[in-house]
Amino acid sequence: MTTPADVAAGGIGDLVRHRSIIVCCGSGGVGKTTTAAVVALEGARLGRKTVVVTIDPAKRLADALGLQGLTDTPSRIDGDWPGELWATMLDTKSTFDALVMKHAGDPEQGERILGNRFYRNISGALSGTQEYMAMEKLYELHDETDFDLVVVDTPPTRHALDFLDAPRRLSRFLDHRLFRLLIAPGRGLAKAVNVAAQTFLRTVSRVVGGEVVEDAVAFFQAFEGMEEGFRQRAARVNELLAADGTGFVLVASPRRDTVDEAHYFADRLHEADISVQGLIVNRVHPAFGLGDRADGPGAITAATAAGTARRAESLADTPIGGLYRNLADFQAVAGREHAHLAGLADTVAPAPVVWVPFLSSDVHDLTGLDEIAAHVFLRAG
Amino acid sequence: MDTEQFFAASRLVIVAGKGGVGKTTVSATLARAAALAGLSTLIVEVEGKSGLAAVFGQGELGYDEVVLAAGGGPDGAADVRARTLTADAALLEYLRDHGLSRVSKRLVSSGALDVVATAAPGIKDILLLGKVKQLVREEVADLIVLDAPAAGHAITFLQSARTLLDTVNVGPINAQARDVLSLLEDHRMCQVVLVTIPEETPVNEAVETAFSLEDRVGIGLGPIVVNGVYPALDGLVADPAAVEAAAASADVSLRAGEAQALADAAAFRLDRAALQAEQVGRLEERLPLPQLRLPFVFTTEIGPHELDELAHAMLAEIGDLAELPL
Repeated sequence: MTTPADVAAGGIGDLVRHRSIIVCCGSGGVGKTTTAAVVALEGARLGRKTVVVTIDPAKRLADALGLQGLTDTPSRIDGDWPGELWATMLDTKSTFDALVMKHAGDPEQGERILGNRFYRNISGALSGTQEYMAMEKLYELHDETDFDLVVVDTPPTRHALDFLDAPRRLSRFLDHRLFRLLIAPGRGLAKAVNVAAQTFLRTVSRVVGGEVVEDAVAFFQAFEGMEEGFRQRAARVNELLAADGTGFVLVASPRRDTVDEAHYFADRLHEADISVQGLIVNRVHPAFGLGDRADGPGAITAATAAGTARRAESLADTPIGGLYRNLADFQAVAGREHAHLAGLADTVAPAPVVWVPFLSSDVHDLTGLDEIAAHVFLRAG
Repeated sequence: MDTEQFFAASRLVIVAGKGGVGKTTVSATLARAAALAGLSTLIVEVEGKSGLAAVFGQGELGYDEVVLAAGGGPDGAADVRARTLTADAALLEYLRDHGLSRVSKRLVSSGALDVVATAAPGIKDILLLGKVKQLVREEVADLIVLDAPAAGHAITFLQSARTLLDTVNVGPINAQARDVLSLLEDHRMCQVVLVTIPEETPVNEAVETAFSLEDRVGIGLGPIVVNGVYPALDGLVADPAAVEAAAASADVSLRAGEAQALADAAAFRLDRAALQAEQVGRLEERLPLPQLRLPFVFTTEIGPHELDELAHAMLAEIGDLAELPL
């Protein structure tokens, strides 16, 4: 297992220093948004012009980052650092709108799509849109602005990595056979199939009402000719994600379910030929009885924990029983966490791994971010 | 209050909460507690791969119902059953029931459901909730526990009926949405149990979600579950000297460094327990809902043994509730 000491020289700090894009991924509730903010702050501290794209920050963190309203343009956060720190919140709809206008043959085509009710539903209802737009935003910030480092948070869903096959998903959607047939009716062989398409649409109309189908058909008609541009763009986004300048950082907590999710994410990335460049584990319980273990869950073995538990049992009714019970409880947790995390660290090896202990309060200001940074960048004394 | 009376308050309980607060554990706990009180229980899962079955020591769930925890035993417990619902399967079933089975396969296999779902947002949710409504109507169990989708999506999910009524104003889906809405608004049939943990951000989010659900969905709220509360423990002292004194009075000799370890662990627990108490108080102040507090389990995964512990803790908490939550 990689220990923090092995990587102290470089670690996550190296990524922040040298990469131009860092993507933070992991399941919901593991502190991903906060971690992304910590990484971005470090970028500014290292003198880089950094922007963090967050998805759904808790209100007080959003306030700390100057993100009061939903805003699509980055706002600058002032502070005492050599670089620059900017933050923006992902606005799925306006990102998609901009993408449509960019690929429209002419402004009228763009407006026609933007005004279509079916299109307006896409940003809210089509699964994977938020994930896809997060990556689109990343590409836009990287490609069209002069930021040195773009840090992006990913949506807290199991589908957070769906953007990896966004081009395929999107073309499947936009090229939908039945709608294509409908748009270009009655050409040669298609004619026979078209009858089936009509039957299908009649059925859909019977279930959801004709108006809904008309909206959809109007959308696909308006979209005609733009698919290729979308596809190419999506392919470029994927190239960027797999490029050397991009680093993926997994964020996890030591509970078994989130560790399982982290394994799943690591596998998905691996399939896409992307390697995990770092692992940050939040909310790690301290391991009491082993000196200062601030640098990671200690090697509390099941035997140590069981020994303490036996002692707690035999002393249960004495004045020191509660103290032993408590120590046994925490050693049991630390031991389990250690076991889960060792496996995860092996999976992502040789990527650096850092543990962030349970903090005494929620993070909602730069001081709090600094406290986490001390652990992530191994400055904790 | 009486536990049977508590679980009889509504046949459908929807469990909702942000990621990381233990929503699935609480769904399992509620179901197991109800079963221990003698009510047959069905857990309905809609997102797949939630780890629900693992809590009961079983493999992955499917669309077909399985028994997760068999009843019987000295207390005369009832069964806990579970199944997963998917929008695709619910749609197939729906179309078949409406005499449209001929095209239904293609609608699902061609991915056209994605297109239709985009045309009428909320349609997948309505298909799922429609199926849940059918289960409630058929009284397939005394209590049905719906493990709702995580986070803000729970509000969208439960709001889908209203959203759809705006988009689809005729036809069977419209009727379905009306039906679902009447179920959600009927506080004797359905209530939401929110789950949170005693930390600042989760508490804030639980309060926001509670008000959104009441205002925007018109749904009834049951008690809120506060998960992961450190149980009280006697004799904790954070000062090594006091630890030495306790050891002396217990006639126990400590090894080198042991007093420090015991004191550090106690300090950590006392510190976190104080922070938790503060957040529990804040939640009480801001949200006038009865609280059911579940103890923090000192492990990294919940299995059948821990589940039973939690279920008994929940039954005790329910016993301590003063009155009907609704």
